[in-house]
Amino acid sequence: MFPINETMGQYSELFMLLAAGTYTVAFIAFAWDLAKSSKMLRAVDLKAAELSGQATEPVRTPVGVGAGASARGVDRADAHLSGPVGRAERPTSAVSGGASAGAGQTADGSMRYGGERRAPARVAVALTVLGAAIHAAGVITRALGAGRVPWGNMYEFLTTGAFVAVAVFLLVLIRRDLRFLGTFVIGLAIIMLVAASIAFWTPVGHLVPALQSYWLIIHVSIAVMSSALFTLTFAMSALQLVQSHRQKTIAAGGADKLGFMRLVPNALSLENLSYRINAIAFVGWTFTLMFGAIWAEKAWGRFWGWDTKEVWTFVIWVVYAGYLHARATRGWTGTRAAWLSIVGYLCVVFNFTIVNQFFNGLHSYSGL
Amino acid sequence: MSERVNVLKKKSPKSEAVLPTLGPWGMLRWAWTQLTSMRTALFLLLLLAVAAVPGSLFPQRPANPAIVTQYIKDHPDYGKLLDSLQLYDVYSSAWFSAIYLLLFISLIGCVVPRAIAHYKAMRSQPPRTPARLSRLPEYGTLVIPADAGIPASAAISSAAGLLKKRGYRVDIRDRDGARPSLGAERGLLKEVGNLVFHTALIGVLISVAIGGLFGYSGQRILVEGDTFVNTLVGYDQFTPGTNFQSSQLQPYSVQLDKFDITFDRESKGKFGQPIDFTAQVTTKENPDAPAKKEVLKVNDPLSLGGTSVYLTGNGYAPVVTVRDAAGNIAMQGPVVAKLQGENYYSSVVIKVPDAKPEQLAFAGFFLPTAFVTDKGVSFSGDPALINPQLSLNSYYGDLGLDAGAPQNVFELDVKNLTPLNARNLATKGITLAPGSTYKLPNGKGSISFDGVKRYVGVDIHHNPGQLYALVFALTAVAGLVTSLYVNRRRLWVRTGTHADGRTMVEYGLLARGEDHRLAGEAAAIRKLLASEWHLDPADAAESAPTASQSASPSQSAPSGTGDNDRADTDAAGDQQASPEDHEADFIQSTAGSPESKKDQ
Ligand code: HEM
Repeated sequence: MFPINETMGQYSELFMLLAAGTYTVAFIAFAWDLAKSSKMLRAVDLKAAELSGQATEPVRTPVGVGAGASARGVDRADAHLSGPVGRAERPTSAVSGGASAGAGQTADGSMRYGGERRAPARVAVALTVLGAAIHAAGVITRALGAGRVPWGNMYEFLTTGAFVAVAVFLLVLIRRDLRFLGTFVIGLAIIMLVAASIAFWTPVGHLVPALQSYWLIIHVSIAVMSSALFTLTFAMSALQLVQSHRQKTIAAGGADKLGFMRLVPNALSLENLSYRINAIAFVGWTFTLMFGAIWAEKAWGRFWGWDTKEVWTFVIWVVYAGYLHARATRGWTGTRAAWLSIVGYLCVVFNFTIVNQFFNGLHSYSGL
Repeated sequence: MSERVNVLKKKSPKSEAVLPTLGPWGMLRWAWTQLTSMRTALFLLLLLAVAAVPGSLFPQRPANPAIVTQYIKDHPDYGKLLDSLQLYDVYSSAWFSAIYLLLFISLIGCVVPRAIAHYKAMRSQPPRTPARLSRLPEYGTLVIPADAGIPASAAISSAAGLLKKRGYRVDIRDRDGARPSLGAERGLLKEVGNLVFHTALIGVLISVAIGGLFGYSGQRILVEGDTFVNTLVGYDQFTPGTNFQSSQLQPYSVQLDKFDITFDRESKGKFGQPIDFTAQVTTKENPDAPAKKEVLKVNDPLSLGGTSVYLTGNGYAPVVTVRDAAGNIAMQGPVVAKLQGENYYSSVVIKVPDAKPEQLAFAGFFLPTAFVTDKGVSFSGDPALINPQLSLNSYYGDLGLDAGAPQNVFELDVKNLTPLNARNLATKGITLAPGSTYKLPNGKGSISFDGVKRYVGVDIHHNPGQLYALVFALTAVAGLVTSLYVNRRRLWVRTGTHADGRTMVEYGLLARGEDHRLAGEAAAIRKLLASEWHLDPADAAESAPTASQSASPSQSAPSGTGDNDRADTDAAGDQQASPEDHEADFIQSTAGSPESKKDQ
C-alpha cells in the first residue's frame, strides 16, 4: 500500500486556504462588476432612449457589440408578432409582453463576448483563474499525499467538487460570457471549501477496502462533473425565474427594481442554454447511475438494492428526466421547467449532504 | 401568433377537460389518449420520484427486517400505521408498483404509435415545399447571375446533389416547372434514438423482473479451514427467487485457506482502521474438478457455477475445547464471535449439548487486545491480536436444543440454565488467554482457549437478469445520446428565373425539436451553394427580391434577415425554435408528422 505523505497533506490544506482566499477576492470583484455594469447599462439605455425617442424603435442592447448579434435578439422578439414560425417566443418565458419589452433591459441573449471592457469582470476572472490554479495544486497535493484519487471522503468530495465546479465554469467561460454567474459559482466554491475545512476536515488517509476499486475513479468523477454542470444550470434557472418575473413586470409597465439583472440575458436565452447544459449533465448522471449499479454489483453482489444513496440518485435522475420531458410538453416549458431544474439540483445537494451524513446505508463513506 | 392563442387556451385547462358525451368505447379511447399523453408521462415521472423518497426515510424490510420490527416497537403510535401503508416495503408496494406500471404502459402506448409513424416517415418523401419559405426560422436567398448559364432546373439539381452528399434525403419537385423546388430531410436517427431509449427502458425493467423470478442469494460464514459447498444445506441463510428450483444450484466448493487483514498504522485519524482484506481460497467448479487457488477480496468477487461470491464480513473465531465432567471432549473447534463494538470487540456464545451429564453453555466476550479500566470494564484497544482474551460466564442445565425449535447460534437463552461462573457469583467470571485452561467449579468439566482463527462472511448471488439489464441500459444510453445530439432538420430550396435572366435561389430550414445549431447549418448550406455556383456568400442576398417576382411581393424576405443569419452564424442558435414551435400553422399541413401526437 502506498505510504501516506503527511507533509503533502499539510501543503494541500494550505493551498485550499489560499484558494479560498483568492476566490473571496474574486467574489468581491464579480459583485462589484454586477453593481457597476448595471449602473453603466442603465445610463447607456437612458441615453439611447433619449436619442431614439420612440418606443417602437427597438433599443439596441448596449452590451452586445456584434451589432448583428444583439440586434437580432431584439428583432426576433419583435418579429414573432408578425409571425415567423420558428422564432416565436416561448410563451411561458414571459418575454412577449410588448414589442421591445425586456430587450433593452437584458444582456445579449447569445452570451457571446462583446467588445466592451468590464474591468472588474476581467479582474474577477483573472483572480478566479489564479484561485483555480492554487486550488488545483491543493487537489493534486492531496492526491499525492494519499497516493490515490482525491475523492474518498466528504472532505475530498467537497474540495475536489468545488474545484471541478470552478473549472467547468472557467471552461464554459472560454466560449460563453457567463460572467454574470460569477458571484454565484465562486460563492458556492467558497462555501464548499469552508464547509470542507471546518465541518468535514479529514486528514489524508487510506481508502477503506470497499472504496478500493477503479469504479471509484470512474463513477465518482462522472458524478462530480455532472453535479458541477447541474450547479451551473441551477444558477441559470434561478436567474431565469428572476429575469422572467422582471421582464413581465417591465412589460406590464412596472418599475425595474432589479437593476443588476441587466447584466443577465433574457429568460428564454437562459432557459435554452441551461437546457443544453442539463442535457449533457443528464447523460453524465445516467452514466453515474449505471456505473454505480455496476460497481454495486461488484462490491455487494446486487446491482440495485434501493440503498438510500441509490434511491436519491434515482430520484435525481427521474427529476431531470421529468425536466427533459417538460421541455417537450406544452405548458411546462419556461418557468415550470426552470423549477424542475432547481428541484433537481436541491435533490443533488440533499443527496450529497444530508444523505451522506445522516442516512445509514451501505454508502456510508463520509469518512466522519 | 398561433403561440399566443395557445397560451390563452392553456390558461383554461378546464375547458379542455370537459367531457363530451362519449360512448363507452369513446371513453376508453379518451382514457387511453390521456394515459399516453406527454403530460401524463411527465406527471407519472414526477410522481415516481416522489414515491421513491419514503423508502429512504423509513427502514426497509428487504434490506433489514429486524430493524423494521424494532422500529415498529419503538414507535407504537404510528409504526403499525406505516406498515399498513406498505412504507416498509416501498419498492414492492402496491402504490409504487402501480405508478411504474402505469408509467410503462404509458410508455408503450407512446412508443408504439410513434414507432409506426416514424417508420412511415422514414419511408416517405420529405414533406412538400411550403408556400412561403421566408416564414421558416432560417431563410436565405442567393442570386446566380444570368451570364453563369445555370437555369432554375440545373440549380435545383446541383443543390440536390450537394445536399445528398451532406446526408440529406432529397426529393425534387416540379424540376422542369417555373419554380422547381426540393424538399430535404436529415437526422431521422434522432427519433430512432428516442424510441430505442424508451424501449430499452422497458427491457431494463423486464431484466430486473427476470432476476427477481429466477435469481437467488444466500450467506455463509466460513472459518479458516472451512469449506462451503453450493447446496441448500451449505447456506446459513438462503433467499430464493419466486421461481427458484434447487436443481439450479451447481455443487461447486470454496475452501477458506487463510484470511489476512492489513490495518492502517500510519494515519493518526484512522489508526487501526482496516485498509485491506484478502481471503486465500481453494475452489472447485464441481466435486470432481481440479482444485484452484484463488484470491477473494472486497470489490473483487469470485465467479463460480453461474454465481458470484462476495466477501462481505469478517471477524475472529476463538478455538476452544470443552471437556465435560467425565473428562471427555464434548466440543472442540472455532466459535464465531459476533462483532459488537470498536476494534473487534465481539460477543461469544458456546453451546455444548454433548456435555454429560448436564449440558454446558458459555457466554461472554472476545477481545483481540484486552484492556481493563480501573473500574473493571474491559475493552479492546486494537483490532489486531496483541493480547487476545476470552471472558466468559458459564452455565449448566438443559439447552432446549432437543425440542427441535430453531435457535439463534449467537444468542443464549439462560432461562432454564443454572449459572456456574459469573461476575456476581463467588466463582467470578472466566478469563482465558490463548493456551490456558479453566476448570469449571463443582467438577463440571473444563474449557481451554486453544488459539484464534479468522472467519469471513460471504454472500452468494445468482442473478440471470443482470447481464440483460446491462445490455439494455447501454442500449438506452446509446439511444439517449443519439436522441439528444442528432439534429433533425428539414430543408427546402426553391429556384426560379428572374425576368432579367438571373436565377433566384431561396432556401429555408426548419428544426424539429431542440436544435441550437440550425443557424450554423443554414450558414454552411449557404456557403456550400455559393461555392458551387461561384458566388460570394456574403453579398448574394443583398438584392434579394426573392425567387420569383411573378409571385406575390409580400413573400420577399424580411430585409436584413439574410444579414443577420450571417452576422452571427453560431450565436444565432440561441434564438432557436422551441420544441413545439414546429406545431405551428403550415407545418401541421405536413400531415402525419409523428410528433403531432406528443403535445396532446
Ligand atoms: C420510464 C419512464 C420514462 C423515462 C425515464 C423517460 C425519459 C426520457 C428522456 C431522458 C428523454 C429525453 C431524451 C430523449 O429525447 O430521448 C425523453 C424524451 C421523450 N419522452 Fe420519455 N421517458 C419516459 C416515459 C415516456 C413516456 C411514457 C412517454 C410518452 C407519453 C415519453 C415520451 C417522450 C417523448 C415524446 C420524448 C421526446 C421529447 C423531445 O422531443 O425532446 N416518455 N424521455
